[in-house]
Amino acid sequence: MLPEAVTKFIGASSGTTVFEVEKGAIKKFADAVDDPNPLYWDEEYARNSRYGSLIAPPGFFGWPVHLAKGQTFLRSAKQEVTESEKRGELTAELAKAGYPRNLDGGIEYEFFTPVRAGDILGGSSRIKDIIEKKGATGTLIFVITETTYTNQNGILVAQVRATAIFR
Amino acid sequence: MAKQLYWEDVKESDEITPLPKIATTRMLVKWAGASGDFNPLHYDEAFAASQGVGKPIVHGALKRQWLIQLMTDWLGKEGTLKKFSCRYRAMDYPRAMKTMFGETDGETWWCKGKVTKKYAEGDVHYVDCDIWLENGKGEVTTPGSATVILPSKG
Repeated sequence: MLPEAVTKFIGASSGTTVFEVEKGAIKKFADAVDDPNPLYWDEEYARNSRYGSLIAPPGFFGWPVHLAKGQTFLRSAKQEVTESEKRGELTAELAKAGYPRNLDGGIEYEFFTPVRAGDILGGSSRIKDIIEKKGATGTLIFVITETTYTNQNGILVAQVRATAIFR
Repeated sequence: MAKQLYWEDVKESDEITPLPKIATTRMLVKWAGASGDFNPLHYDEAFAASQGVGKPIVHGALKRQWLIQLMTDWLGKEGTLKKFSCRYRAMDYPRAMKTMFGETDGETWWCKGKVTKKYAEGDVHYVDCDIWLENGKGEVTTPGSATVILPSKG
C-alpha cells in the first residue's frame, strides 16, 4: 500500500509553462536525432510545403521561456513551493517510501495541430495516477502524468501521457 | 525524401521502410543539450551504476524520437503522424567514441514497423502500425504503435 503522503499527489496540476519553439532549437533537436527531414531544416522547402514554414518534429514542443509560478531555470534562489513544485515533492516522498530510483517508462501522444517555428505553446501537466505493480524484480510504482499543449491561437496542439517508473 | 506514399499504396502487414540508428556517447551528449534532459543517468558512470542500470543508458526519449523519424520518413511530407506511443522495455547502451567524430565498432539499432490496419473515417484515411526498436541482437527494447493519416488518390 502506498502511503497517503504519496497518493495525495494524484490530481496535482502544474500550472502552465510557456514554451517558445525557436527555429534554432528545432534544428538542434533534429540534429541530435540525426534526422535530415527538410521540413525541419530547409526554409524554402518548408515554405512551399502545406505547412508554410519550418515545423518541429512531432515530440518537440520548444524550450520553456516562462515557467509556471514557483519554478525558475536557475534554482539558486529559494523558491516558494507551489503546485508546480509538487513533482519534486512527490519524488522525495517516493524515495522516503522506499522507491529512490526512477526511469522513463514510456509515452503516448495524440497530435492535433502541427508545431511551427515561432509558435508559443502553453503546456499544463497533471499527475493522472500513481499505481503500484508487483513485478518479478519487486514492486514498481508507475506515475502517470498528462500534459496538454495549446498554441498562441488557443488551438489544441497535442496531448501527452508519460509514465515514470519508480523502484 | 522518398516518393510520397498514398493510402491506396498501403496494405495490411506491409513493412515500414526500416531505419538504422547508432547510439554513441556523443549523440547522447547532443540529445541532452537539445532536449534539456540532463539526468546524469545518461552520462555519469558512477551515478548510472548507483541507479542499478550498470552504465549510462540511451535516453528513452531519444529512442522515441528515432521511432517518430521512422514514421515521418515513411509517411512523407503529405502524411501526418496522428498518434504515437512507445514503452522503454529494456536498456540500450551507446557505443563509445574512437575518434572525435567516429564511434567504436558495435551494435546498430533498427527502427522497424508493420501496418496492422487501414481504414477511412469520412475523408480522412488512416493507417495503424506496430513499431519497434531492435538492438544489435535483434531484441525488441522499445515496442510501440502509431496511427498516421495518409493522402488519398481519392
